[in-house]
Amino acid sequence: MSRKVLLIEDEPNIAEAIRFLLTREGWQVETHAEGLDALRVIQSADPDLVILDVMLPGKSGMEILRDLRELEDLKTLPVLMLTARGQLRDREMAENAGVSRFMTKPFSNAEVLTAVRDLHAQATRS
Amino acid sequence: MSISEDRRPQGVRPSLFLERQSYRRRRLSDAARFLPILGAALFAIPLLWPGSDEAGDGIRLSSAILYIFVCWAVLIGISLVFGFAARRMATQDETDQRPD
Amino acid sequence: MATLNVLILVCLGYVVLLFGVAFAADRLAAAGRGAWLRSPLFYTLSLSIYCTAWTFYGAVGNAARSGLEFVTIYLGPTLVMISWWWGLRKLVRVGRSQRVTSIADLISSRYGKSNTLAICVTVLAVLGGTPYIALQLQSITLSFSIFAEADPTGLYREGSSVFWVAAGLAVFAILFGTRNLDANERHHGVVTAIALESVVKLFALLAVGIFVVWGVAGGLGPMLDQIDSSEIGQWNVDAGRWTTFVFLSAACFVCLPRMFQVMVVENSDEAHLRTAAWAFPLYLLLMSLFVVPIAVVGLDLLPEGSNPDLFVLTVPLSQGNEWLAMLSFIGGFSSATSMVIVTAMALSTMVSNHVVMPIWLSTQGGAGSVSGDVRHVVLMARRISIAVVMALGFFYYRLSGGGAALASIGFIAFAGISQILPALVGGLFWRGATRTGALVGLTVGFVLWIYTLLLPEMGGGFMSGTIIQNGPFGLEWLRPQALFGIEDMDPIVHSVMWSLSLNTVAFCVASLLSFPSPLERLQGAQFVNVFDHSVAPRGWSGFVAQSEDLMIMTQRILGAGPAQDFFQAESERQGGRSSLPEPTPAFLERLERELSGSVGAATAHAMIGQIVGGSSVSVEDLLAVADESAQLLEYSSQLETKSAELTRTARQLRDANTKLTQISEQKDNFLGQVSHELRTPMTSIRAFSEIMRDTDGLSPEEQTRYAAIIHDEALRLTRLLDDLLDLSVLESGRVNLNMGGDTLRSVLDRAVSSALAGSSSGIEVRRSKSAERIPLHTDLDRLGQVFINLISNAQKYCDADEPVLTISAHDVGGQVVVDFADNGSGIPPEARSMVFEKFARVSGEKAGGAGLGLAICREIMQRLGGEITYLPGQGGPAFRVRVPLAYRQAAQ
Repeated sequence: MSRKVLLIEDEPNIAEAIRFLLTREGWQVETHAEGLDALRVIQSADPDLVILDVMLPGKSGMEILRDLRELEDLKTLPVLMLTARGQLRDREMAENAGVSRFMTKPFSNAEVLTAVRDLHAQATRS
Repeated sequence: MSISEDRRPQGVRPSLFLERQSYRRRRLSDAARFLPILGAALFAIPLLWPGSDEAGDGIRLSSAILYIFVCWAVLIGISLVFGFAARRMATQDETDQRPD
Repeated sequence: MATLNVLILVCLGYVVLLFGVAFAADRLAAAGRGAWLRSPLFYTLSLSIYCTAWTFYGAVGNAARSGLEFVTIYLGPTLVMISWWWGLRKLVRVGRSQRVTSIADLISSRYGKSNTLAICVTVLAVLGGTPYIALQLQSITLSFSIFAEADPTGLYREGSSVFWVAAGLAVFAILFGTRNLDANERHHGVVTAIALESVVKLFALLAVGIFVVWGVAGGLGPMLDQIDSSEIGQWNVDAGRWTTFVFLSAACFVCLPRMFQVMVVENSDEAHLRTAAWAFPLYLLLMSLFVVPIAVVGLDLLPEGSNPDLFVLTVPLSQGNEWLAMLSFIGGFSSATSMVIVTAMALSTMVSNHVVMPIWLSTQGGAGSVSGDVRHVVLMARRISIAVVMALGFFYYRLSGGGAALASIGFIAFAGISQILPALVGGLFWRGATRTGALVGLTVGFVLWIYTLLLPEMGGGFMSGTIIQNGPFGLEWLRPQALFGIEDMDPIVHSVMWSLSLNTVAFCVASLLSFPSPLERLQGAQFVNVFDHSVAPRGWSGFVAQSEDLMIMTQRILGAGPAQDFFQAESERQGGRSSLPEPTPAFLERLERELSGSVGAATAHAMIGQIVGGSSVSVEDLLAVADESAQLLEYSSQLETKSAELTRTARQLRDANTKLTQISEQKDNFLGQVSHELRTPMTSIRAFSEIMRDTDGLSPEEQTRYAAIIHDEALRLTRLLDDLLDLSVLESGRVNLNMGGDTLRSVLDRAVSSALAGSSSGIEVRRSKSAERIPLHTDLDRLGQVFINLISNAQKYCDADEPVLTISAHDVGGQVVVDFADNGSGIPPEARSMVFEKFARVSGEKAGGAGLGLAICREIMQRLGGEITYLPGQGGPAFRVRVPLAYRQAAQ
C-alpha cells in the first residue's frame, strides 16, 4: 500500500527537509513549487494528503484550499497547511477555508510527522 | 495644522513694521497734531507773568511783544516746513498710485 | 487839502476799481483762463476778510486801552490754521464732498438734512452778524467824521451818513454777490476783489506803522523805549479775557458765516490749505506788528480823550501827512467793504436757501420746483436778504447809539457765532452727535448768549437796569451778568463761559439720550469718516441716478442672487431692452418695498431717495450703511459658518481615523512579512539541524549538504536582519552620510567588482568608461550600495541566455543620470509601481533576498537628494538613478 503525499512549497530547502522526513516514514513524496497550477497538479497526482504552504508565487495557499474544497471529490482530502506568517487571523482564515491541520513555521520534525500520521489515520478510518 | 491656518491665504499676513516712508508720514502727521498744542502752550505762558500791580516789577511791554512775536514766527516757520513736507508726501502718493 | 468831497470821490473810484477787478476775474474764469485766480495765494488773501474794520481800527484802540490783549483775536486763528491737518482739512473735505453752500447747510446736512436746524443756525448767524455789520458802519462813519472835522467847509451830518453808507454797501453787496446764481456758489470775481482789498489794507497798515516807527518815534530802539515808558508799558492782561478771547477768536474763525464762505465754499483745491497754514498766520502777524507802536505814539501825540479807535487815521493827520491818512482810510474802507460784502452774501444764501425758499415752495404747492423761474426767485430772495441784513445792522447801530467801543461789539458777535462750535465739532468728529443734541445745544447757547450778553450790552432799550442789577423777578441768581451768583467777572468772559459750556453739555447729553434717524446716521458716518469714503473731493456736477448704482446697493442688501433676479424681472416687465431696468417711479416703488423688508422702510426710502434724488450722498456711503445694517445678517451667517466648520472638523477626524487604520493595517502587513521572512530560513535551519541530530547513518555527502543548507539559511537570516536595520535607520532619517568626492567611474568600478565577486554566473557588464569621468560629491558608500544592489539584481534575475547589463551615464544639468538596463524579461507594467515597496516580489521570482533591496535603494537616493526610478521602454528591466553632482546644492 503506497501512501502518497503532495508537498506544495516554494522554498526548496524546506521542501527538501520534509521530503527527507516523509520518505523515511515510507511516504511517496511529490513536490510542486508554484501556486497557479497547484489545483490541477493535486487533481492529477491524486495524493492521500496535501501539505500546502500559504505564501506561494502566483496564487496563495488559502485560495488553493478554498478552490479545492469546492470540488466534490476533494472535499475530504486531508490538507496540512504551513505558514510562516504565524498570525491568528491566518489560522482563522485557514479554518474557515476548510483546512485539516494548521501549523506555523518553524516546526519541529516530530510535529510534522505526528500531524501527517494523525491526518492519514483519520482519513483511512472514515 | 488648525483649520483657521489652512484658510488663511499665504503671504497676506499684515507686516509688523511699516516701511520707512509711511512710518515717516505717520510721524509727520503726529507732528502736525502736536503743533497747535505747542502753540497753545507758548501763548499760555504769558498768563504766568506777574501783572503790573506791583509797581515797576511787571514784565515790560516791549519784552512781551518780543516774546509773542517770536513765538508766532516760530510757529509760522514750523507750519511752513510741514506744509512743504505734506506737499512732498502728496506728490509721492500720486506717483505711488500711478502704477496701479 | 483833502476835502470830504475828494474823499467821497476816492471811495467811489476805489469801489469802481474793485468792481472792475471782480468783473474781469469773472470774465477770465468764464473763459477758462482764470487758473491763476485759484492759486493758494488768492485763497490765503481771501481768508483775510477775517480782518475787518474792527481789526483795522479797533486793534489799535484795544491796544491803547488794554495793551497786548488785542493780539488774542489773531492768535486764535493762527492756532486754527496751524492745526489744519486734522481740523480744517476735514472741514473743507466734508464741505466739498457734501457740496454745502453755507455753515447752516453744513450743520443741517450733518444732522439728517434738518431744515429746523438750518433755520436755527441762520437766525443765530443773522443775529450774530448784525452787530458785526453795525460795527463796520460805525467804523466807516467815524472815519468820515475825522475827515469832516478837518474840513470845515463840509456839511457833514452823522445820522444821514450812516444811512447812506449802509445803503451804499447794500447796493455794493447786491451788485457783487448776486450778479448771477452760480450753481457751485463760488464767486471768482468777489474772491479776487477781496484779495486785492487784503493787499490794500495790509499795505495801508504797514505804511502807517513804518511812518510811526521811523518817521515819528525815530527808529526801532527809541520806539521800544517809548513803548515801555508809555501808560500801557507793562504787561497787564487779564488771564480770563486772554484765554477766552484766544478761544473765541479761534472758534469764530471756523464758525463765522463769511469765514466759512471763503474757507470752505469758495475753496477750489484742498491743497491750498497747505500754503494758507503758514501764509495766513504770517499775514495776521504783519497786520498786528505795528498796532502797539501806533497806539503808543497816538497816546503820546494826541490830546487826552481822543478816540484811540481812530489813531490809525488821526496820527498821520496830526503829523500833516494827509495822503498817508487817505491811504489808511482806504485800508479801513477796504476792510469794512470786503467784510460786509462777504457777510451779506453768506447770510443771504442762508436766508434764501433755508428760510425764504422753503416758504416760497410750500406756497407754490410744489409746482415751483419744476418750473423754470426758481433761479429768479432765489436771486430775488438773496437781494432782499442782503437789504434786510444791512437794515438790521443799521438799526442795531442806531439803537445801540454807536457808543460802545468797537472791540467789545466785535466780541459780542463772536460770542454769538461761537455757539455753533459744539454742533460743528461734534458733527465732524463724533458719530453719536444727533439732531436733537445739536438743536438743544444751540438753543441753550443761543438763549444764554442773548440773555447774558446781547441784551445787557445793547443798553436800556432792551433790558432794564433793574433786571441787570437784581435779576428777573428779583431772582438774584439769575442776574444776566452774574449767573448763579458768580459775580465780578468780565461780562464777555462770563457769558462765553456759561453759554458755551452749557451749550456743550446740553448738546452731549441730548445726543446721548436721543436716537438718530437713518439719514442722520448715514450723514454722520459720512462726515466723521470723510477721509475713508472720499479719496479725492468729488466734482460739483449733478449726480445722475444710475440703475447700476441701485443694483449695487440692492445686491449689498438682498444678496447677489435675489437682487439680480429682481432686476431681471423688472427689466422684463419694462420690455427688456437692456439688462438693467430704467429707474421709473413704479420700479423704484417696488424696489423700495423690496429693500424695506431687509433694512426697514425709512432707511430704504432714504437710500433710494439719495440715489435717485441726486443729492450729495455717494453710493459708497450708502453701501457703508448697507453694510452696517447687514451686520445682523452677518451674525446669523457666522453661525452657519461655525456649523460648517464643525462638519469639516468631523470629516477631518474621520479621515484621520481612516488613515490611522490604514497605517495600522500596513504595520500588521509589515510585521507579517517580516515574520514570514524570518521564519522561512529558520524553518529550514531547524528542520535540517533536527535531521542531523536525530537521524543515524547519514552519509558524509548528506551531512555536508545539510550543513551547507543550514549555513546558507543562517546567512540569509543575517542579511535580512542587516537590511531591516538599514532600512529602519534610513527611514527614520537618523542616517549619517559620509560625504566624499570621487568620480562616478571609480564608484561604479568598486560596485561592479563587489557585486560580481565570488559569483560564478557570468553576466556581462557593458560600460562606457569615458562617459563616467564625472566628479561627484556625495555619500560614496551609500551610492555604491545602490549600484551593487542594482547590479546583483540584474545578475540574479536576468533570465537571458547570455545576460548582459548595460550601464550608461551622463551629466544632465547638475545631476548625474546612471541607467542600468539588462536584456532579461522586463517587469510587467502593473508590478512596476510595486518594485520599490518593501518585500515586493515580482511574480515567479525566486526569493534570493528578503525583498528589501530596492526599498533600501529608494530610501538612500532620497537621502542623497536624488531618485531611483524604473525606466520603461528599454526592452528589459532598466533602472535609472539620478544623483546631484554635489549633495549640498541639491539639499538646499
